[in-house]
Amino acid sequence: MAFDQPVLDGVSFHLKHGETKVLLGESGTGKTLILKLALGLIKPDFGTISVLGDEISAMREQDMYALRRRIGMVFQESALFDSLTVEENVAYRLMEETGKLTDEIHARVLEALEFVELGKTYSLFPGELSGGMRRRVAIARAIITQPEVLLYDSPTGGLDPVTSDTIIELVVKQRDVYKTSSLLVTHRLQDAFTMASHYFDRSLNKMVPVEDGSSRNVHTTFLILRDHKIIFEGTAPELLRCHDPYIREYLS
Amino acid sequence: MPITYLTDVAKDNVEAVQDYSILAGRSLSNLFARPRYIADTLLQADSIGVGSLPIVILTGFFTGAVLALQTSATLQQFGSLSLTGQLVSLSMVRELGPVLTGLMVAGRNSSGMASELGSMKVTEQIDAMRAMGVDPTKKLVTPRVIATAVMLFFLSIISDLVGLTGGFVISFLRLGLNANEYWSTAYQSLRFEDVFMGLCKPVVFGLIIATIGCYYGMSAKGGTQGVGRATTQAVVAASVLILVSDYFITQLLMGIFGK
Repeated sequence: MAFDQPVLDGVSFHLKHGETKVLLGESGTGKTLILKLALGLIKPDFGTISVLGDEISAMREQDMYALRRRIGMVFQESALFDSLTVEENVAYRLMEETGKLTDEIHARVLEALEFVELGKTYSLFPGELSGGMRRRVAIARAIITQPEVLLYDSPTGGLDPVTSDTIIELVVKQRDVYKTSSLLVTHRLQDAFTMASHYFDRSLNKMVPVEDGSSRNVHTTFLILRDHKIIFEGTAPELLRCHDPYIREYLS
Repeated sequence: MPITYLTDVAKDNVEAVQDYSILAGRSLSNLFARPRYIADTLLQADSIGVGSLPIVILTGFFTGAVLALQTSATLQQFGSLSLTGQLVSLSMVRELGPVLTGLMVAGRNSSGMASELGSMKVTEQIDAMRAMGVDPTKKLVTPRVIATAVMLFFLSIISDLVGLTGGFVISFLRLGLNANEYWSTAYQSLRFEDVFMGLCKPVVFGLIIATIGCYYGMSAKGGTQGVGRATTQAVVAASVLILVSDYFITQLLMGIFGK
């Protein structure tokens, strides 16, 4: 792939185990590209990428498949298989391994769908669901094999505020209950700050704000891209204290 | 308006041929590696083979009929009307059966594959498949390639038989030929080389149809317009390649068998 100008220039970061990194930036800065590079869907022209201990930038496509089963991705437009039912979509990875929809797989599908609160939709087709429901099914499909890394590409893109909150609550739930490492790309600052200022309370079974002055670590950091480079990397409090004029304008 | 350099066009075309060759090669080499999606292959065989049966029967029948009709005038001039059976038989089996069946199936299925895979490509479903550790070539392309090659083989046989029947109907009803004479000359004029040629071509055409359809589908870009473009290009490319390869296969086999 050749561009006249690099889409990402000198981008380098480390995602720690159990950490959630939110990628922010204007459209066209290469945020989705980072996710696709992380999955090996695109190869970089320069540099190396290591995922779960394996260096993927030089790996062949055929060798990537085993690694990809340990990573889950939620695509921007859900990318559900529209000629399969919700159940078949969510069970896709499991069916690949065993070849059929057994009772055990059915039970795991229901469990994943219950996590995203869509237990009753398993015999519907994606075309019969709303945008928000499709996004939740996509999340269920990504988490069913309990991947070690989750990649979210604008999970709330194109959704109304209420549905967006539901999706973010699921992301926070996944982060806090299963401690999955994840990269989340979003345009919406409010989602990023919600994630940094809330946690999932298992006893109440919902997302609640972190109390002021609490020392709770939400394991969420921000990465802002601009003009093909990273201009900020750090936690939410650090971001709010940043004096860079572009970032101040971006935040306002 | 940007100037398109000839070198850029040439490079794009060479790259396209390269990508196509890689896809075609991989679709066949996938047969030798697990997982093999047998269920998908059978589903495709049903959709491509059984689904194309009506149009193949119609095409074959009327081709055979019109062959008999058109050639009757010339044959009659030389008093050779009794050769109609032989003529229809050799033309259908060696050439028209495989080629016209191939063109019909190309129109129906190459476009279907290009549009189905193209739609999946532009809605990121192919990427989603790759992201979940499933090789789209193994899951989508190889089943279609194998199913088309195998089914076209049988469809051509059916087309040949139906064509001979169409020729017979015209010969018997319009030209007043003896039924026994027609069928016995039709059968006896066929040699091994003719049947071999007639059955070799459909396999090659089947591979062309499916690999072209899948290639254009998997490389579609640009939303719905891109899918539409891919579908049209697939049919055109498959049809042209069938006709071109038909010539070379005929030439090759005639060289080998001396007939």
